[in-house]
Amino acid sequence: MSVSVRIPTPLRKHTDGQEVVEVDGKTAGEVLENLAETHPGLRDKLFDDEGGLRRFVNVFANDEDIRFLDKLETPVEDGDEMSVVPAIAGG
Amino acid sequence: MVHESLLDLVGHTPLVRLNEITAHLPDSVDVWVKLEFMNPGGSVKDRPARQIILDALESGELTEGGTLIDSTSGNTGVAYSMLGAALGIDVELVMPENVSQSRKHIVRTYGAEIIFSDPMEGSDGAIRKVEEIVENDDSDEYFFADQYNNPSNPRAHEATTAPEIWRQTDEAVTHFVAATGTSGTIMGTGRGLKQRDPGISVIGVQPDDAFHGLEGLKHMPTAIVPGIYDESALDDVRRVSTEESWEMAQRLAAEEGIAAGYSAGANVAEAVSVAEELDEGVVVTVICDHADRYFHD
Repeated sequence: MSVSVRIPTPLRKHTDGQEVVEVDGKTAGEVLENLAETHPGLRDKLFDDEGGLRRFVNVFANDEDIRFLDKLETPVEDGDEMSVVPAIAGG
Repeated sequence: MVHESLLDLVGHTPLVRLNEITAHLPDSVDVWVKLEFMNPGGSVKDRPARQIILDALESGELTEGGTLIDSTSGNTGVAYSMLGAALGIDVELVMPENVSQSRKHIVRTYGAEIIFSDPMEGSDGAIRKVEEIVENDDSDEYFFADQYNNPSNPRAHEATTAPEIWRQTDEAVTHFVAATGTSGTIMGTGRGLKQRDPGISVIGVQPDDAFHGLEGLKHMPTAIVPGIYDESALDDVRRVSTEESWEMAQRLAAEEGIAAGYSAGANVAEAVSVAEELDEGVVVTVICDHADRYFHD
């Protein structure tokens, strides 16, 4: 059960420069949790002190914003693609 | 009031004092905000866009019927599109694909064309893409507006925002605070204010991390630094978190009746924090745009 997670430029220093990381998990939340487990620098970037997703972090599962699906409970399958999309900066 | 051109409506925005968010400050310390969402295009970006277009028309780099192209995270694109429609100039915009639906609708309503860049690369990806398009273009049809490097951007603020603030505060402004995207607002307004009183403190603000939720702002240490940005001209650079800025944007709406975007939340959070360190002073910042730019469908 492996999902490809696309990492945006400002977070790649926490994934040794990798643009895509293969992570296991059955839900979007599990995938992100496992991602933070293998790349600990990402934990504070993605999650708040209570362990919820920080409000401004946009996560997409197969091009759909998980906010409009089942949020962190959104089911994902082997071969799916998830993305952590940054806010748009500058000008 | 009657105006012969939409271009005359850009600028001349009202300055209003914050009363509730600053209730804990002494009477001798004020924070005033300039309501840039009162510009016809709804944001502070009308000022640099107008100056860039007018300067290019004057120099002949851009002619009526020509095509302006630039990368933008949104508001500059709205401003170019509106002014382009009014002046008969075609506009092409390179934007990250995840730009909000409302922005896509607005610029297309004015007739602009959008070229999308990779959302994972953010606004720096849009910058690289527009540079590639312009470099590989043999038709010579483009005027590359280049808001990040075009001196007309800060010149707009030097010529309009600074004198407006000077007049509106009765020459009493002591501090000017603004967060940086292209940095045009802080560089130009700062320069214009220091020409009038070199003692005025000019304070830049940046997101505290490369990964942030402050649309329109740049984390300079990790981003492509705009050519117009000169940190040595600033008296201080402060860092602000996404959460503080979002919270301040909410307070501005709920407590002051000013529904502002997140970058304005960053501006006011740091303007208030600067004011808290003063015994007396007049701190000014800008409300870059309105909250409705960020409502998603």
